[in-house]
Amino acid sequence: MILAFMASLCTGSAHVPPLKAIATLLGRESDFDTIIWEIRLPRALVAVFAGAGLALAGAVTQASVRNPMASPFTLGISSASGFGAALAIVLGAGRFIRTYLGGVTVSSYFLLIISSFLFSLLATFIIFFLARFKGATPETIVLTGIAISFLFSALTSFTQYFGTTEQVASIVFWLFGSLSKASWNAFWAIFSVSVVALAIFWRWSYKYNALLLDDEFARNLGVNPETLRLASMVLASLVTATIVSFLGIIAFVCLAAPHIARMIVGSEHRYLIPASALVGANILVLSDIASRMLLPPVIIPVGIITSFLGAPVLLYLILGKKRHWY
Amino acid sequence: MEGLKIENLSAGYGNREILKDVSLEAPEGELVFLLGPNGAGKSTLLKCAAGLLRPRSGRLLLRGRDIREASSRELSRLVGYVPQSMRPAFSTTVFEAILTSRLPYISWGPSKADLERTEEVIRELGLEELAFRYINELSGGEWQKVVLAMALVKEPILLLLDEPTSNLDLKHQVEAMRILRDLVKGKSLSAVITTHDINLASKYADIIVLMKNGRIHAIGEPHRLLDGETIREVYGVKVEVIRGASLFVSPA
Repeated sequence: MILAFMASLCTGSAHVPPLKAIATLLGRESDFDTIIWEIRLPRALVAVFAGAGLALAGAVTQASVRNPMASPFTLGISSASGFGAALAIVLGAGRFIRTYLGGVTVSSYFLLIISSFLFSLLATFIIFFLARFKGATPETIVLTGIAISFLFSALTSFTQYFGTTEQVASIVFWLFGSLSKASWNAFWAIFSVSVVALAIFWRWSYKYNALLLDDEFARNLGVNPETLRLASMVLASLVTATIVSFLGIIAFVCLAAPHIARMIVGSEHRYLIPASALVGANILVLSDIASRMLLPPVIIPVGIITSFLGAPVLLYLILGKKRHWY
Repeated sequence: MEGLKIENLSAGYGNREILKDVSLEAPEGELVFLLGPNGAGKSTLLKCAAGLLRPRSGRLLLRGRDIREASSRELSRLVGYVPQSMRPAFSTTVFEAILTSRLPYISWGPSKADLERTEEVIRELGLEELAFRYINELSGGEWQKVVLAMALVKEPILLLLDEPTSNLDLKHQVEAMRILRDLVKGKSLSAVITTHDINLASKYADIIVLMKNGRIHAIGEPHRLLDGETIREVYGVKVEVIRGASLFVSPA
């Protein structure tokens, strides 16, 4: 983890020797001050905590809905935040568009982030209230999520259809999650939600075990399955929404990281939750390095890399071992 | 001393009333078996006693204290409930599954006492060799013992078991019942157990409660209570009751 983190500081269009990077971090060297402190460090830190946060959200979503295929993205969070971003771009938040190294960036991120965050929350609350109304069984949560997912995808297509070419380009660019958008602001937001989520989810780890054993049995252990499900879903959605609204959609980490962690430490949530966070952080940091090294100086959006690298890893782990994971 | 005392309990789901004015006692150190046809209200009665279903009326007293006065954490420590069929959606080791059941004692993480108690229960039930096996790799008989350990690890004073022997072979049924009887006698627990196996109940029960349509039909010791007429009234089936060293009920 630490190695990956250091490697991340050193790679990029300007090569920084590892020892110099350490020296800069300790305040001893000034040649690479700007690169390290303003670009590489926030980027690497964001990768660590965004990866951890996404993985955590994935792990508890899988436990809450008793389904190994679930992730916050299954619940419509990503398409909702995508729509929020698309709407902001079409309505003018992305008026200042400039081309930049083969991609398109949108200068006024602020409105875009807010809009995307609000729509993610909207999706979360729709699920929350429908589930409250109908009872928070895994089935209602997943089905509601899928419905919401399609609804917002349709709305995004709708805005794209009416957007200008440039707007559509920036929507597409935004939808590819990328760490190029990382900043110190993003770091503090993502850092705080991820750390809070880690603490809460870790405290609840035995409740998730009980929930996965049996609903009625969990109830006898003093856990209210419905309350735990809803609280976990809302918290997981909040984490995802925060990350996605800053970085765009980074798929796969939240699905794959818990599975990889499960194969390493087993299904017991006391270990699974911190392990997922670690695996998630590693995946994102390494993918980010890969994204900068594959076709320099072009930086491939990390969302593409995570899926590209993560899928074979997961397949290998599933095929290579015989034990039942879930 | 009294264990569980149920007074004039009525309960149900939605508009449907399942239990009607049920009163019974489960004294400490005795095995109480609930018998009756499907839908008679046996499971509902257990859920009420476990505090999972709020009664419409009536009281449940555990060692003289109304269970509504207990906090959910406290109640969950006092009552070990095992639902009819547990469907674990993940796999973990037997040890971790039992430790998880210490949940009402755990806040941030398991304490030394939690770990020690888990080891103790594993020894008591002779599960040492299974402790690090995965729960989805166990046979029905092994799993049933693990489930019992999960209920016992909380150090409850009341055990509520919903059809604990339904998918066990004869040997495992007998083994499970012996373990249960020894524990209940040894630790003066109260135990209420539902089953469809009249012969098993007659062999191990101290008290049999026959239920029909949400009401209690009859209560008594197995040998006095179970005769052809009573069983026909409850199940609507003509049977022959053969009395030997133990009692045997067979369809006539």
